[in-house]
Amino acid sequence: MIAIVDYGAGNISSVKKALEHLGVEARVTSDACVIAGAQKIVMPGVGHFSRCQSLNEHLRVPVLDAIHNGKPFLGICVGMQWLFSGSTEAPKTPGAALFTGECSRFPASVKSPHVGWNQIEVRAGSRLLKGVESGAFVYYTHSYRAPVVAETTACTNYGGAFSAAIERDNIFGVQFHPEKSAEAGLKMLENFCGL
Amino acid sequence: MASDRLNPSKTNRDLPGIPQLAKRIIACLDVDAGRVVKGVQFQQLRDAGDPAELAVAHASAGADEIVLLDITATSEGRKTLAETVRRAARDLFVPFTVGGGIRKLQDAAQVFDAGADKITINSAAVANPALIGEIAGRFGSQAVIVAIDARRATGPVETAEVLVSGGRTATGKKALQWAWEAEEHGAGEILLTSMDRDGTGLGFDCELTSAIALSVSIPVIASGGAGNAQHFVEVFSAGHADAALAASIFHFGTHAVADLKQTLLRAGIPMRWPC
Repeated sequence: MIAIVDYGAGNISSVKKALEHLGVEARVTSDACVIAGAQKIVMPGVGHFSRCQSLNEHLRVPVLDAIHNGKPFLGICVGMQWLFSGSTEAPKTPGAALFTGECSRFPASVKSPHVGWNQIEVRAGSRLLKGVESGAFVYYTHSYRAPVVAETTACTNYGGAFSAAIERDNIFGVQFHPEKSAEAGLKMLENFCGL
Repeated sequence: MASDRLNPSKTNRDLPGIPQLAKRIIACLDVDAGRVVKGVQFQQLRDAGDPAELAVAHASAGADEIVLLDITATSEGRKTLAETVRRAARDLFVPFTVGGGIRKLQDAAQVFDAGADKITINSAAVANPALIGEIAGRFGSQAVIVAIDARRATGPVETAEVLVSGGRTATGKKALQWAWEAEEHGAGEILLTSMDRDGTGLGFDCELTSAIALSVSIPVIASGGAGNAQHFVEVFSAGHADAALAASIFHFGTHAVADLKQTLLRAGIPMRWPC
C-alpha cells in the first residue's frame, strides 16, 4: 500500500487516481499509523509553502521516520520543495533539509507562475525517470522552484535551470505533476511503484 | 489579410535550442445533462457524445488540457455533473478543468472532489470577487481560473466590457481592470472569451487578448472565434496568449489537434510534441 500524505495542501485526488490506474493500492491519509504501515510514501502538495507548517507540526516525525527506514518516498511539487531547507515563499516554515538549498521565486524576467507543459533534460542513471527521454514534456504549475543540486536528475529551463527531479537512495522529488503529465508522468509513477 | 502581417520567425522565439514553455491547446466540452452538446450554426444543440469518452479521446489526440463546461442550469443537472466529472476524470492524465454554475466554495469543493484539477468561475466572481480568494485559499491559486466574457464591438480595447450570465448581462466593468483585479484576488489563470468573436470563426480578438496578457502576470487563455489554424498562430504571437481554447474539438474532428500543432510548430510556436 502506498500512503498519500494529506496535509491540507490542495487537491490530491488525482494522484490517488493515477496510482489506482496503475493497479496500485493507495490511501490518502493524515494518520501517522497508516504512514508507518505503508510500503511507500507519496507526498503531493500544491499552493503556498506555508502549508508545510501543518505537515511539520503533525506529520514531520512519521514521514521522516519512514524515509530514514528506507521506504521509497516521492515528493511532488510543494512536497518536493519540502525536501529542501525551506522556501523564500514562507521563510518561517522549515523544510526537511534532506537536500541542500532553498527554494526561491522565478526571476521577474519570466512570467510567474510557470504554468503548462515544459521539457525536461534528463541525466542518465535515474531510477524514477527510467524510460523517459530528455525532451519529454511534463506539466508544471508553480511560482517557486528548487535549485539544481548534485542529486538533480532532471532540470528544466525557465528563467534559468531549476531542479525538475531529484533523487538520492530512497528519496525522490519532482517539481512537475506526474499525475497530469500524460504517458511520461505515468511512466515515472510506474517506476516508483516498481521500486 | 491579417495573416500576412505575421512573421513566424519572430514569434515567441527564445534563444535557439533552449526549451520553452509550450503554448497550450485546450479542448472544451460543453455538457448539458450529462451529454456533450455541439452548437451547429451557433444555435441548435446536437448530441456529440459521452463527456468521459470524449475527454479521453481528445487527450489522446493531443489536447494539452480539457475543459468541461456545464451549460445546464437546473439543480438536477448539477447532480449529474459531479458524476460526469468523476467518470471523465478517471482515465484523464492531463489537466482537467470544470466550470459552469459554480457559485460558492462548496460547489467548487464538490467538483474538485469529483476529480477536477481546476475550476472556472465567471458570474459568481463578478458578484463576489472574494470568492476567488476563498477557493484559492483552500485549493491553491493554480486551481482557480477566472473566466471573463468581454465585448467591445468596434471600440478600443480599453472599452471592452465584462458580461455575465452567459453573455446576456452587461456589468459596466472594464475587462482590463477586472482581469487585474481577479489576479489580485488570487486567480491563477484568466480565460478570456471575446463575445464579439465567439461563434463567428473569424479568429480570436488578438488585440484584446494581448492587452490583457501583457497587463497581468498570470497565464491568459484565449477563447472565442477560432476558425482555422492560422487563427491560433495569430493569438499565440500577436495575441500573446499562453493557451487557446476551442469548443468541441474546434468543430473539425478529433484528428485536428495533431494537425493544428504541426502548423503551429512550423510557425515557430512552442508546442508539446509528440503529443
